[in-house]
Amino acid sequence: MTHVPISVTVDGAVYDAEVEPRRLLVHFLREDIGRVGTVVGCDTSNCGACTVLLDGQSVKSCSVLAVQADGRTVLTVQGLAEGEHKWHPVQEAFKECHGLQCGYCTPGMVMATVDLLNENPSPSESEIREGLEGNLCRCTGYHNIVKSVQYASELMGGSK
Amino acid sequence: MTDTMTTANANAMGRPLRRKEDARLLHGQTNWTDNIQLPGTLHMAILRSPMAHAKIARLDVTPALSRPHVVAAFGAAELGDLNGSIPCVWPVTDDIQMPAFPALAVDKVRHVGDVVAVVLASDKYAAADALDAIEVDYEPLPAVIDMEAAMKHGSVAVHAAADGSHGSNVCYEFPLKPTGDGSFEAAVAAAGDDAVVVKRRFINQRIIAGFMEPRAVVASPMGMSNEMTIWSATQIPHVLRVLLSLVTGLPENGLRVVAPDVGGGFGGKLQLYREEVLAVQIARKLGRPVKWVETRSEDMVASHHGRDQIQDIQLAATKDGKLIGMKVDLIANMGAYLQIITPGIPLLGMFMYPAIYKMPAYEFNCVGVFTNTTPTDAIRGAGRPEATFAIERIIDEMAAELGMDPMKLREMNWIKHEEFPYTTVAGLTYDTGNYEAAIAKALEAFGYDALRAEQEQRRASGDPVQLGLGISTFTEMCGLAPSRTLGALKYVAGGWEHCTIRALPTGKIELITGTSPHGQGHETAWSQIASSILGVPVDDIEVVHGDTGRAPYGMDTYGSRSLAVGGQAIKKAAERLIEKARVIAAHQLECSGDDLEFIQGEFRVKGDPAKAQPLAAVAFEAFSAHNLPDGVEPTLQAEATVDPDDFSYPHGTHLCAAEVDTETGKVTLRSYVAIDDVGIQVNPLIVEGQVHGGLACGIGQALYEGVEYDKDGNILTASLADYLIPSAADLPSFITGQTVTPSTTNPLGTKGVGEAGAIASTPAVINAIVDALRPMGVTDVKMPATPENVWRAIQTAKGGAE
Repeated sequence: MTHVPISVTVDGAVYDAEVEPRRLLVHFLREDIGRVGTVVGCDTSNCGACTVLLDGQSVKSCSVLAVQADGRTVLTVQGLAEGEHKWHPVQEAFKECHGLQCGYCTPGMVMATVDLLNENPSPSESEIREGLEGNLCRCTGYHNIVKSVQYASELMGGSK
Repeated sequence: MTDTMTTANANAMGRPLRRKEDARLLHGQTNWTDNIQLPGTLHMAILRSPMAHAKIARLDVTPALSRPHVVAAFGAAELGDLNGSIPCVWPVTDDIQMPAFPALAVDKVRHVGDVVAVVLASDKYAAADALDAIEVDYEPLPAVIDMEAAMKHGSVAVHAAADGSHGSNVCYEFPLKPTGDGSFEAAVAAAGDDAVVVKRRFINQRIIAGFMEPRAVVASPMGMSNEMTIWSATQIPHVLRVLLSLVTGLPENGLRVVAPDVGGGFGGKLQLYREEVLAVQIARKLGRPVKWVETRSEDMVASHHGRDQIQDIQLAATKDGKLIGMKVDLIANMGAYLQIITPGIPLLGMFMYPAIYKMPAYEFNCVGVFTNTTPTDAIRGAGRPEATFAIERIIDEMAAELGMDPMKLREMNWIKHEEFPYTTVAGLTYDTGNYEAAIAKALEAFGYDALRAEQEQRRASGDPVQLGLGISTFTEMCGLAPSRTLGALKYVAGGWEHCTIRALPTGKIELITGTSPHGQGHETAWSQIASSILGVPVDDIEVVHGDTGRAPYGMDTYGSRSLAVGGQAIKKAAERLIEKARVIAAHQLECSGDDLEFIQGEFRVKGDPAKAQPLAAVAFEAFSAHNLPDGVEPTLQAEATVDPDDFSYPHGTHLCAAEVDTETGKVTLRSYVAIDDVGIQVNPLIVEGQVHGGLACGIGQALYEGVEYDKDGNILTASLADYLIPSAADLPSFITGQTVTPSTTNPLGTKGVGEAGAIASTPAVINAIVDALRPMGVTDVKMPATPENVWRAIQTAKGGAE
């Protein structure tokens, strides 16, 4: 199959590669450039584990082709913190509120939360639940994820 | 707000410490099996049967070999002797039918998703592409999906060997065993006219485990001679190593099994899967690493399913509400093959049907049946959710029959706190419990009386949205398990757990556990236990797990056993470490060991606290070995392997308020209260999280989840678009709380919490729905209680068309 040259900025670094046109963005991230923090949980775009920000908007990277990311900027959970000691408030909040257990849905849940709070800095509980509907978690029952999002909103200056 | 324990002088037990695990997980610094990319890896893709039952008339894998990047392809014939058979380690009866379960199907396929052939390619996409090139001719056979049809003589036989005296597809019949004062019938007869018998058939539907990380395995023969390293997304690296050795014939001492970061299990990764065997055997044959990662669509048909029981339950009581006895007749779906503990799952439930209630007679019978469906096995609770569902549902039915308040009926029959230890009619001795305390707390948090008043109001006004209150006063058995008990139940392995603790020369502690966490937070909780005994900061303790190379002994994580059993091993190992250190410290301080007290991580001379030696200094002395007392060996470490004396019995009260739209059948959970007694808690934050997750799983079974087959055995719910794992929008926030009644079967007083929420919640939800609709004549609702199923229950009760 012919390969197509792409250039994608991922977590602040530029990656030039040649990919099959059918290659999924998540496989490009994980297998071609080693950004394995983003994971795959399903093959029907229901679970949201692979959520990343593409030019600042959350997308399920299993439903985006790598070629569609050409010339664009991807932010994954691995690029969210500013160095080891400056966690993103959403990361801080998930730890503080025990918003994760096995951690597999977490990369997607965190990125979806970042996007949710960008759009709506002070969401109500039902807005949080609706907003994260596309991200499945089997461990937490979402109770502490909701609390994490509320706490992140507080940390980021959104009023309750 | 954050309680980050770093000082040695406070007790770390019982504190809601934030987890050590989270920093990595929140930054994507993870090590999932799918992250492992070894040079020369071959990706395995699997051709699965599209038919539930068929003869493989012809299979030709060779056309796949000419596809790009393909290195090899195998059907059963090509794999030959390496095509091992998956063992079942729980032959529950002497005459159980245990048919062959080859990794690659031989001649026949027996369920949709059965493994027909595999392709190995140097590129993952290329491997999947090449499956199209494999040529298979199937001769379709009639499939049997319905359990009762499968039991009949003359039914289509899933396995020829099972066509014995019991009926075409009977795997085993666990005999009817009256316990207590006698048979159920005799107990009812003795009560004469005073006896009220309620009989119900409950369908405990088939569900999936739903771990978010799909299964994955990497098998690498690269290393020292005879060595094979296997990374697997498994709950049971230690058990897996033994089983892989037995199945493949590879020497156990050459196998290293690693469970790296594992993204949930819920019983679904308590397994030896055929894909694991295939990866090992093919890696061995080709001399290259083999990697397989399932797609979610494969998971839905190939990872084991759970539940799927028909429960015929009879409960008898006197007219004033005193329970007389219970009779349980189960039909349990094995699926097409026996996975490792498939037949034993219903028997784990056998002990729990009498639950928290006193009754003189109990009978249990179970028939395990083969069908052309995905094999079943353990899923969160494993037998106990089914039992709890049945007893808590039928208690409500009995209350309705007797015209009693369902809580009142429970109260009349539960074991009072002063009656512990109490030996139940099922033969278990519950060590401790205080049902009254949990129930009182739950009723208060729920606002039971106010909700009942609102229910009356809505009934009186004919509100189209009715309110129902559901009760579940549950108990379960945790701490699997005393090895002798497992032996008596014909389970092949034991139930002990191991811990080694090493005090390193720099003062850091290495805690090596045989439990294998996959989300439970053992690294944090085990550090808290060790910290509280050794006086070492939590952050100075590293918990090593999930790798048979670094943590060689263990029985792994399932059945809410890790704390109840593994915790005992931690405590014992830590205490032994202190005893060895005491001898060295006494030598250093020139006193007798008896003159030392161990406080806050240091040995102090009694009466002269200025003279002290911290554990770290003793560890360094044990390392340098310059001045050890005679007869004391260098290094400071201790180990303990603990076989539990008995099970532990968490209990609690769950209350659910559900609004049911009688026009559309839609159910909305309005509030949910869970008061759990899991004994002494190591970390209440983690306990609460476990309860939340369990609730979501049990509520999922009640309202949303269910594997559906058509009559030909096609799975209609083969993706997450069709099988509804609840999302955040589908669940309410929960009100949780605790009572604490320490267990006396282990020295930490802990019980176990991983399954409690899943066990208790399903009947609470269904009881609430039925309670809302009972005035309309509804006495049961099929699970999952989707709007359609609820609407149908209402229509049926009205006498309308189904």
